[in-house]
Amino acid sequence: MIVRIMGEDQYRLDDSYRAQIEQLDAAAEVAMNEGDEAAFTSALHELIQAVREHGQVITVDEIVPSDWIIPGPDMTLSEARERLQHVEARESPDATTK
Amino acid sequence: MGVFSRFTNYIKTVVSSFLDRAEDPGQTLDYAYEKQQEQLQNLRRSIADVVTQEKRLELQEAQVNAQIEKLDGQARLALQSNKEDLARLALERKQALQTQLATFDTNIAQLKQQQEKFVAMEQRLTSRVETFRSQKEMVKAQYNASQAQVRIQEAATGISEDMADVNMAVERAQDRVLQMQARANAMDELTQSGTLPELGSGDDIDRQLAQLTNKSEIDKQLADLKTQLQLPEAHSAQAQLPEPEAQSGESELPPSEN
Repeated sequence: MIVRIMGEDQYRLDDSYRAQIEQLDAAAEVAMNEGDEAAFTSALHELIQAVREHGQVITVDEIVPSDWIIPGPDMTLSEARERLQHVEARESPDATTK
Repeated sequence: MGVFSRFTNYIKTVVSSFLDRAEDPGQTLDYAYEKQQEQLQNLRRSIADVVTQEKRLELQEAQVNAQIEKLDGQARLALQSNKEDLARLALERKQALQTQLATFDTNIAQLKQQQEKFVAMEQRLTSRVETFRSQKEMVKAQYNASQAQVRIQEAATGISEDMADVNMAVERAQDRVLQMQARANAMDELTQSGTLPELGSGDDIDRQLAQLTNKSEIDKQLADLKTQLQLPEAHSAQAQLPEPEAQSGESELPPSEN
């Protein structure tokens, strides 16, 4: 599985890490819904750390799409929310204030 | 669906907007390559912007430092002239500027970091764009090889992710630079007028401090002149506080600084 950390690199990661990613994905979602900045940042950083630690950097001569694209470590909860809301509102006009 | 899944989808949306453009796959690839070149240019411009901003802040920092030094000198003069209140004001003002220096340092450090990141990104992207170009030419040469088609589609998607990445990084850096610039401009106005809001009635204080500086500058010049001309009272004029004669001379001269 290929994971991209925005502003950094793409990594090739063993599929066995999928569960961990999904768990952090859910944790970050809860944090966002609760407006818990610290929990959001910790989920993001834990994920980035895991990818950097267990993944292999994809070199520049290999161009492949990613399965996961995650923000860089400096992404704040409010910026992430703003970006997602912005694009998701544009995608589905009914879900205006979600 | 969690935040990172949503984020992945968000970037994929941006990526697909780069891709579905032309009907002929060959044209799509050329178009994608063209876009990549533009994006590289964009990134290079952004690096230049960040460097410019860095320089600007360094310059402003130097100005603030000069202002601090000046206020320090004014405080000394005020004390020597037995104007402790004025000395206190000058020191307060100096203190206010000093707290701003830390912000300058932080911002400059952030910009340097941003610059390094961008340079790394630019190198990576340049190599990838080059790889993409040669793959594209290969595919165009063997148009019907479906395996090559699949590979180039993957490559087009992959490199478009890089584009989306750069796009977002550039946009965020621009926001940051604009914010810094706005703050620095506000700071600049304050430094230049010498009027920091928390001190109030700044103009009058400024004038008094400037007068003090001018006066003692003129006293000093006067004393120097007297020394040069070897007039007897040279030493006393330098050591003592301004005399009434010196003051009347001062009012006819334009202020040396303000």
